[in-house]
Amino acid sequence: MTKPIGDYIEIISARSTDMEILKKSQDGGIVTAAYIYGLENGLLDGVIVADTTEGFKPMPKIAKTKEEVLSARGTKYSLSPNMSLVKDAVKEHALEKLGFVGTPCQVIAMKKMMQYPIAFRGTVNNIGLVIGIFCMENFPYNGMKTLIEEYAGVKMNDVLKTDIGKGKLFVYPKDGGEPIAIPIKETAPFEQKSCHVCMDYTSEYADFATGSVGSPDGWSTVIVRNKRGKNFIDKMIAAGKLETKPLDMESKFGFAMIEKLSTDKKTKNAKEIEHRIEMGLPVPY
Amino acid sequence: MSGCTGCLISFADTYEKLLDILGAVDLAYATTLADSATKVTETEDKIIIERVYPEEVDIALVEGSICLDDPHALELMKEVREKSKVVVSLGSCAVTGGVTRFGRGGQNPQPTHTAFVPVSEVVKVDFALPGCPPSTDAIVKFVMAALEGDTDYLEMYADFVKYKDAGGENLVKQVISQGLCMGCGTCTSACQMRAVSMQDGKPDIRLEFCISCGSCVLQCPRIRMPKSKGLLEV
Repeated sequence: MTKPIGDYIEIISARSTDMEILKKSQDGGIVTAAYIYGLENGLLDGVIVADTTEGFKPMPKIAKTKEEVLSARGTKYSLSPNMSLVKDAVKEHALEKLGFVGTPCQVIAMKKMMQYPIAFRGTVNNIGLVIGIFCMENFPYNGMKTLIEEYAGVKMNDVLKTDIGKGKLFVYPKDGGEPIAIPIKETAPFEQKSCHVCMDYTSEYADFATGSVGSPDGWSTVIVRNKRGKNFIDKMIAAGKLETKPLDMESKFGFAMIEKLSTDKKTKNAKEIEHRIEMGLPVPY
Repeated sequence: MSGCTGCLISFADTYEKLLDILGAVDLAYATTLADSATKVTETEDKIIIERVYPEEVDIALVEGSICLDDPHALELMKEVREKSKVVVSLGSCAVTGGVTRFGRGGQNPQPTHTAFVPVSEVVKVDFALPGCPPSTDAIVKFVMAALEGDTDYLEMYADFVKYKDAGGENLVKQVISQGLCMGCGTCTSACQMRAVSMQDGKPDIRLEFCISCGSCVLQCPRIRMPKSKGLLEV
């Protein structure tokens, strides 16, 4: 097993300095802030976002303005096939500096595409930034729907946002009522099974990865992994778009928590992979 | 072999990188690009034009499927295998049969030509690059890796030789039905036929559009993961 959280240049706690972004973001609003900064300063000319459609269903969308990015902010705990728009973004929208955000598996898909671009002519050099998020597992839409409608008693059309933290899934209704909490233990049966062969928690191949774990409420952890990610984050900090502080390396809720959760995921899923091999089922190799 | 020459165009379309490639290799047999392999013999009553496949070729990129109704194609393919150290199927027709096999529509080279098989059914193939055509970028990366002897990188293509009928069906059988699909959408983007769409986060394949080009299968990160080396590089 490799290092629990992959290779990185630096790791910090950060949050957006824009109140409008923070209002609806899950934590520090890093992805939204990076996208908007990139679009407004010519570092990116279009970005792929996970938007929400009818029935709180995530749907990837190509956004080119601040307004479009803002309307899509917040974490969705369901499948948004962001890779499906990459070719359209580069070919039909003629984007030359495309920003991409994805779960660790989508980042791996993106990096595989960049190394073996068999069906992606003239695309690789047009990818401007790859942001990864932390991800333990995802929920298929119907699994999420069952949880939200049957367990929390909120219709999918009435959901404002969802949030996972402190061992609970919170469902915020649109009417402004108190969020309904579902313990993570109850949500486990509704997880996507294909997530159980995934060995990446912190998007180990993204330019930079971000997630709430390891940082205090309202802040996000940012793991800067390569030069391009470092350049981008440094520019954002210099422009005053990000407020940063050192990551908590002491307590068990800081760096240690990221390492623990990542190791947990890898240990658990390594067992599942082994189990699949024993059962004669295929595994990604 | 039997194909549309699109893969060769994709190869030649590498602009300045083609010069890098040509600088590093000696293009010994490429009848569309250069005529160095053509031998013209004049006799008293006729002129004979022959294409001579050279001895001791390092890499042979074979484009197109093999037409079993054409003895000449079979013989040439066997000769290419004997005289080449490495044989590469370039493009879907060579890898799976592609349009010549799964999307036939009255464009046969000759009226009697109807049977087409992938190159790997006739001779041993070392690497397979699917795609209709494989992108210029991918061909450059492949040739460069082959020149540098980067076996880690090439392994993906060496393994792909076994996918003689890679197509949308593989996504259903090998990924979705096996509980491995996590819904990233790469296949949708990869498909040149626009036969793949995402329904509730999983690919929905219109098989009647599928030409079994193999792009989605090669591109899928849940059939085969890339080697982690170099993934962080931009």
